[in-house]
Amino acid sequence: MTENAQSAEHNAHPSTGTYLAIAGVLTVITLVEVGVFYVPAFQSILAPVLLILSGTKFALVVMFYMHLKSDHRLFTAVFTLPLLIAIAVIVALLFLFGAFSLN
Amino acid sequence: MTHAVAHHTSTGLDNRKLAFWLFIGSECLLFGSLIATYLVYEGRSVAGPTTHEILNIPLTSISTFDLLMSSLAMVLALAAVARGDRLWSRVWLATTALLGLVFLGFQAYEFTHFVHEGLTLQVNLFGSTFFVLTGFHGGHVFVGVVWLVTLLIRSLQGKLGPDKALNVEIAGLYWHFVDAVWIVIFTVVYLIQRQ
Repeated sequence: MTENAQSAEHNAHPSTGTYLAIAGVLTVITLVEVGVFYVPAFQSILAPVLLILSGTKFALVVMFYMHLKSDHRLFTAVFTLPLLIAIAVIVALLFLFGAFSLN
Repeated sequence: MTHAVAHHTSTGLDNRKLAFWLFIGSECLLFGSLIATYLVYEGRSVAGPTTHEILNIPLTSISTFDLLMSSLAMVLALAAVARGDRLWSRVWLATTALLGLVFLGFQAYEFTHFVHEGLTLQVNLFGSTFFVLTGFHGGHVFVGVVWLVTLLIRSLQGKLGPDKALNVEIAGLYWHFVDAVWIVIFTVVYLIQRQ
């Protein structure tokens, strides 16, 4: 890699303000997650709500802190493919062992 | 800034960074299998403490926040190294390592408490899958702390300038991935508990 290419890569990284804003959003989502956990009214939809919130936090960390949003798409592909396989394995095993049918 | 080529690659990307992303991809499969195993056996324990009886959500929420803030410190460390700011590089690297140690302290306390409550690796399926999953994650955090401390030592020796920013970026990728994995573990193990 050329030095100027490396420099351009670092220049493409988010600013300190963006990093702080992402940290703020992650904190708020975590507080919401814990809050939702304690609210009885949310118990029936707890799992999907928490999975969406968790997925949002995961995506924010990967896109902004790990720079996938601004980095080369090959890195995204190299990460996303095994991630999708891992998710497929989790879902397949849960179906295979009848986890969704348990109370 | 010179335009000298460090080394040529067919992709135009640094081989070390590409290789590390491949490693992170393989880590997705490792933690995916551990999480799948935990979920498959959740709620199937026939004896011993279960999730409802033993998990401490307020305490784990604090350790989760601690790890999230360590990720912030890590990106700030990378930014400081990239702009050649030695003082703040050291401050943020030390902060990240310290927050990692605090997380490990929370985990050590949690594990000790659970063992005192009767939850061990052998006592039931929950104990086996919980300790293996969170133990593997804790092991990754420990490796990350050691890595950060070595970077801090290199910085203190004056050998971590902007030309070495990629080294810090790769360490950061590892650290953020460990944080991202915990985000998932916190949700599926601690917050989503089978009735």
